[in-house]
Amino acid sequence: MTTKLETLPAPDKKTSGAGKPKNHRKLRESRGTLAFSRSQRNKALGKHAILILAGGLMIYPLLWMLVSSLRANELIFREPGLWLNSLEMSNYTDGWSALTHPFGHYMINSAIVVMGSILGNLVSCSMAAYAFARLQFTGKKLFFGIMLLTIMLPFHVIIVPQYILFSQIGWVNTFWPLIVPKLLATEAFFVFLMVQFIRGIPKDLDEAARIDGAGHPRIFLRVILPLMVPALATTTIFTFIWTWNDFFGALIYLTDPDMFTVPVALRAFVDSQSATSWGSLFAMSIVSLLPVFLVFLFGQRFLIKGIATTGIK
Amino acid sequence: MSAISELSTISRRKGKATAEEKKANGRDNKAAYIFLLPWLVGLVAITIGPMLMSLYLSFTDYNLLQPPEWVGLDNFTRMFSDARLHNSLGVTFTYVLVGVPLQLAVALLIALVLDKGLRGLPFYRSVFYLPSLLGGSVAVAILWKQIFGTTGLVNQVLAMFGVQGPGWISDPSTALSSIILLHVWTFGAPMIIFLAGLRQIPVMYYEAAKVDGATALQQFWKITMPMLSPIIFFNLVLQIIGSFQSFTQAFIVSGGSGGPSDSTMFFTLYLYQKGFGQFDMGYASAMAWFLLVIIGVFTAINFIASKYWVFYDD
Repeated sequence: MTTKLETLPAPDKKTSGAGKPKNHRKLRESRGTLAFSRSQRNKALGKHAILILAGGLMIYPLLWMLVSSLRANELIFREPGLWLNSLEMSNYTDGWSALTHPFGHYMINSAIVVMGSILGNLVSCSMAAYAFARLQFTGKKLFFGIMLLTIMLPFHVIIVPQYILFSQIGWVNTFWPLIVPKLLATEAFFVFLMVQFIRGIPKDLDEAARIDGAGHPRIFLRVILPLMVPALATTTIFTFIWTWNDFFGALIYLTDPDMFTVPVALRAFVDSQSATSWGSLFAMSIVSLLPVFLVFLFGQRFLIKGIATTGIK
Repeated sequence: MSAISELSTISRRKGKATAEEKKANGRDNKAAYIFLLPWLVGLVAITIGPMLMSLYLSFTDYNLLQPPEWVGLDNFTRMFSDARLHNSLGVTFTYVLVGVPLQLAVALLIALVLDKGLRGLPFYRSVFYLPSLLGGSVAVAILWKQIFGTTGLVNQVLAMFGVQGPGWISDPSTALSSIILLHVWTFGAPMIIFLAGLRQIPVMYYEAAKVDGATALQQFWKITMPMLSPIIFFNLVLQIIGSFQSFTQAFIVSGGSGGPSDSTMFFTLYLYQKGFGQFDMGYASAMAWFLLVIIGVFTAINFIASKYWVFYDD
């Protein structure tokens, strides 16, 4: 493939390479607006048509679920459109109280696990990231390599002994098995994300603080942490969404309905209901997706940046 | 940029400490280990310890009540003759080998359409990205169960054209396809990585190619693909690793059974049934290590194959 590229006039790498992304973005934009011929306009229209069609197809199931959650039950099985004649709120009131506890109970449980996980990830991952990004120590490369490998380690090779361990301490049907691992920086993805971010903070700032007599705890708390707020925001948002959606962990550790988080509560709902109550099932599904949707709406800047810079969903 | 490229640079630069590293050698040891303490405790207690424990358990018979009993290679020989396990491997391979390339192809296609200075990019990007945030949830799996049911949304739409669709999820020949489709639906995350990658390709390359009279297709194969190949590669690696571990969708859609007739019995679902349904912890541990080896082999194949198609600019 290299040889094929060489047939093209080789551009000067230093001026055109990845070092100056802003520059060619600007070029690209100007190309779009200045050279505005009819054929290009048609091409753009064609693209918009494709995108609107594809996007509509993607989002349609979600919209349909929202609309169906406001419909009478029997309509769900014969109304593929999005037209609403009347609002049927009973699906929401029925669904809310369909299980042992009102649905709000499960949302509070989920919220507790989410808050604990966010706190855990923020503290433990930022500490580890500071060490990896700024400190020199024996075994750094080895540990860093191990940390990267654990990002890719399948959960299943540790789940059985972990379950045995936590059940022996008596932690089954508590939130600890879902929160404690986060307090110990086991979500290495976030350590990596923060390392990447800290590397981008100029070292002069640390040096200046050091000359003023600050030790590592002070540099970490007063210099690095305030500057890495965007990375902390990305971590918060991803932790929120992943923990809120987490099913496998909750399925294994939470078997008592008192302790159910939203995903296991929904699963219990599916199992307990016959096919006739799709309306209330949809309604509670919508309720369960709402927090994720809101976080997406207000935090997507951080989400998109997070994925683009670390390359992990 | 990515965890994978970091790993490969670490292995490439092995043994070569930079001047800065030599200068500061050993100076921060105490502070560093204090900062690393939570992570180190987690590594030992939550990751490596349980890993070794599960390796040990894979050679035992253990049901949580009686102490583990050493059975040697029994669990592994059992796996050789376990037809349901073989079936679950087939289901998982199909899911991974069809779902991942399909998802990445769609992600790349949409990213290419979105790339060239199109108006409304942030809006489209959000629309395409949203499903990948929701796709792992139980709620969406419930939605999928309805959509592809006998009287679900898909068949309602088909009925408008006079077509009587099958019960996609209750029919063993189509149940897996509907879960693969759910995976493809979540193409937004790799799409965003592709978009970021496309931004990094210097526009001069395309302009030079145009001067030389290259067609759009030639530009795609000779500039876009080689320049994007490292990003396609690590998307491929990560998606394959992730897809081997898929669980929620198959569990909810099949009601935890892996049915109809084991057609959605993912390897992880079978592992769950063995470990946490029948408390056959020894066998489940052996299965987990088998999964780790499979994922390792796939990743290794990926890395070896990458030498032939991934183009590094540096």
